[in-house]
Amino acid sequence: MLGGEELWIAVRLTLTLASTATIVLLIVGTPIAWWLARSKVRWKEAVAAVVALPLVLPPTVLGFYLLIALGPNGPGGWIGGLFGLRSLAFTFEALVIGSVLYSLPFAVQPIRTAFEAFGDRPLEVAATLRASPWDAFWSVAVPLARPGFMTGAVLAFAHTVGEFGVVLMIGGNIPGQTKVLSIAIYDYVESLQWAQAHVLAGGMLVFSFVVILSMMVLEKRIARPGI
Amino acid sequence: MRRLRLLVAIVVGAMAALASGAAPAADTNIAVAANFTEPAREIARLFESRTGHKAILSFGATGQFYVQITQAAPFQVFLSADRSTAKKLVDDGLAVADSVFTYAVGRIVVFSKDSDLVMGEQTLRDAAFNKIAIANPETAPYGAAAVEAMKSLGVYDKLSGKIVQGSNISQAFQFVDTGNAEIGFVALSQVIGRPGGSRWIVPANLYTSIRQDAVLLKNGAGNAAARDFIAFLKGPDAAAVIERFGYATK
Amino acid sequence: MNRPDPTITARYAGVLGRFELDVAFESPLRGITALFGPSGCGKTTILRCMAGLTRLPGRLVIGGEVWQDHATGQFREPYRRPVGYVFQEASLFPHLSVRGNLLYGRRRALKMGAAEHIRLDDVVDLLGIASLLDRATGALSGGERQRVALGRALLAQPRLLLMDEPLSALDRMTKEDILPYFEAIHASLAIPMLYVSHDIAEIERLADHMVLLEAGRVVAAGPLADLLGDSRLPIARSPEASTVLEGRIAAFDPNDEITALAIDGETLLVPNRVGEAGTTQRVRIVATNVSLAVDRPSLTTILNIVPVRITDIHPLDHGQVNVLVTIGHRDGGSKLLARVTRRAQRVLSLCPGQDVYAQIKAVSLIARASSSA
Repeated sequence: MLGGEELWIAVRLTLTLASTATIVLLIVGTPIAWWLARSKVRWKEAVAAVVALPLVLPPTVLGFYLLIALGPNGPGGWIGGLFGLRSLAFTFEALVIGSVLYSLPFAVQPIRTAFEAFGDRPLEVAATLRASPWDAFWSVAVPLARPGFMTGAVLAFAHTVGEFGVVLMIGGNIPGQTKVLSIAIYDYVESLQWAQAHVLAGGMLVFSFVVILSMMVLEKRIARPGI
Repeated sequence: MRRLRLLVAIVVGAMAALASGAAPAADTNIAVAANFTEPAREIARLFESRTGHKAILSFGATGQFYVQITQAAPFQVFLSADRSTAKKLVDDGLAVADSVFTYAVGRIVVFSKDSDLVMGEQTLRDAAFNKIAIANPETAPYGAAAVEAMKSLGVYDKLSGKIVQGSNISQAFQFVDTGNAEIGFVALSQVIGRPGGSRWIVPANLYTSIRQDAVLLKNGAGNAAARDFIAFLKGPDAAAVIERFGYATK
Repeated sequence: MNRPDPTITARYAGVLGRFELDVAFESPLRGITALFGPSGCGKTTILRCMAGLTRLPGRLVIGGEVWQDHATGQFREPYRRPVGYVFQEASLFPHLSVRGNLLYGRRRALKMGAAEHIRLDDVVDLLGIASLLDRATGALSGGERQRVALGRALLAQPRLLLMDEPLSALDRMTKEDILPYFEAIHASLAIPMLYVSHDIAEIERLADHMVLLEAGRVVAAGPLADLLGDSRLPIARSPEASTVLEGRIAAFDPNDEITALAIDGETLLVPNRVGEAGTTQRVRIVATNVSLAVDRPSLTTILNIVPVRITDIHPLDHGQVNVLVTIGHRDGGSKLLARVTRRAQRVLSLCPGQDVYAQIKAVSLIARASSSA
């Protein structure tokens, strides 16, 4: 039975995974969103479609190919070899990689939309006011796109908390390392301990609701311009 | 520039925090077929109290574990839900050949939540129900056994139109337990502790026995705790648990 | 070290979408140069090229510094060009307060090593925006926004101010209110400006120098007065043709409420108080309000009878004629354009070199009243 301690380990693991994945997504997704928003090359929508693939790929399919890629026969194995590991799969880092890929469109799309919303003018203004492109990005683009960052972060976080198929495949369901809450619930269901499953699922639901609600309220407060 | 450094620091800090918060060092990692979850937990508990070794259990689908093990999953012992996967691993060179043994034999049961419905094999012949749930016979040994039993009884043709398939034995049980199917072929281990409903334990001679094999993986060959776990699994303490949960040990 | 070359030399040739630009002009790095022409003639494009926001092949030299040269492949990035740019729609940063907007460019300019020759207090006073400093940008009127935008551009310590139709998004009354601020900036800060507009009245009020554009080409460039009086150009031939005279305010008669302006040794009477004594004032005189007399008339309500010398007579359509004159019965005075009928010219035998009198009704010279007591 999933005792108190095991439960809290799963909770902490899930929160850590979601937070880490969200941070990585903001760091990785922002340049992608920026490029998609500002680039004028003709094939940029093709890139956007690739980014959006995780939306339509079944999670177990994504998980399967990720497993191969992270395993000893793929690039992950090569990287893992540098650190003395046979493969990168079945580690927390693997879950982060999987979560980042799986939630990528949820982070990139809102940020891209926010970058597109203000158009070229604010950045031109910044350039005429002595701001280098890097400076203009941080002092003008990022503040103006803040609602997009918030939405992207909320979606990425919530999506990662709920993730199951990918995590199960590349994580191996190892308690304390890769057994996140969604899998714990699944284990309960599989072993017919439905009462525990209900409790855990209910808790996750309440938690997710609170997180999303508070971030949306926060978003409204922050997004008020000119203050 | 300052902002970039701050971001990097946050990410590094987060990853350090998670690394330190990771699980304590495992003594041995065991991959367990999902249907054996409950008895496995109990056996692991006994194992730890007897030997001091800790068995860290991961539950999942046998097929998925196979794929993961081919991708260097860190498991040292594998408790499969069938015989063929264990054999495949040995053939692939990922498991120790002479470590294969049958750790449990599953039994199928015709079960209904309705305490009046199941009255033995006659219930199947009467077919007084709309839906009968089984596990997918292509992928789940329990499902294959159910089909075999129905054919042995000569009722398969009559019932085939009423069959609903769960992707595994758990899902088949869910169909029955939620009332979506009035009756179904489930595992004895799933109903042994449950009062209520009506059941008929299908005679073993009607189907090929569902042998679940365990194997020591190459990964665990040098691990004392892994070897000890296998030994424990073959022993009398484990046998008692296994039988209590509705499996046979031979 | 050579003496600094006080010129703007610009040359651009290229295609932007369907639009083809091929321009070359020079203007002084002093005062206000207007880029004037109908919509779509390329004036905004030129301004953006000078700021570096649009990239067309060309050459731009500002006061001896090469900012762009197609031949050598040089191109100075926009943020390295010490310009101030005022856009048509203010475009204030919504995430900063008015103060934040004003100081945005200043902070960066100083960090790049520019000397602070324009201070926040001066700009705030000149533009009258002290009460707006801590407001959010969304709470400003159109006129207030443009003043803040101007202040923001000035505080970036520019060597050159580029203004892209800064008043066209405003209604007439607001325009009238803001123009004095532009004139004040022009008067007290010695920053050269390039001013784009399709409104000749604005330009006549502000500009010293003009570049006339049409369909992506330069038609004429030179001092404002020269271009306004040049009958080969469409402006001088239009019904609204006008010229601009600049004079010093000599006196104000409070009884009759009339100001006397001294121009080239003559006096021009203008109704209303138009400024402080001793200050310079521009007067715009529409050509159709100027008539000519061979003999000095007496006993007429027309107050302004100004001796002028005819320099050029140019026939127009519909029996009309442009007569270009200069102030005073001598050569070299300020230019003034008069529109008369062909018949009148023939009957009076007007010809170049002739000394006559220009009659300008005082009431046709209405300028806005000065706000100071």
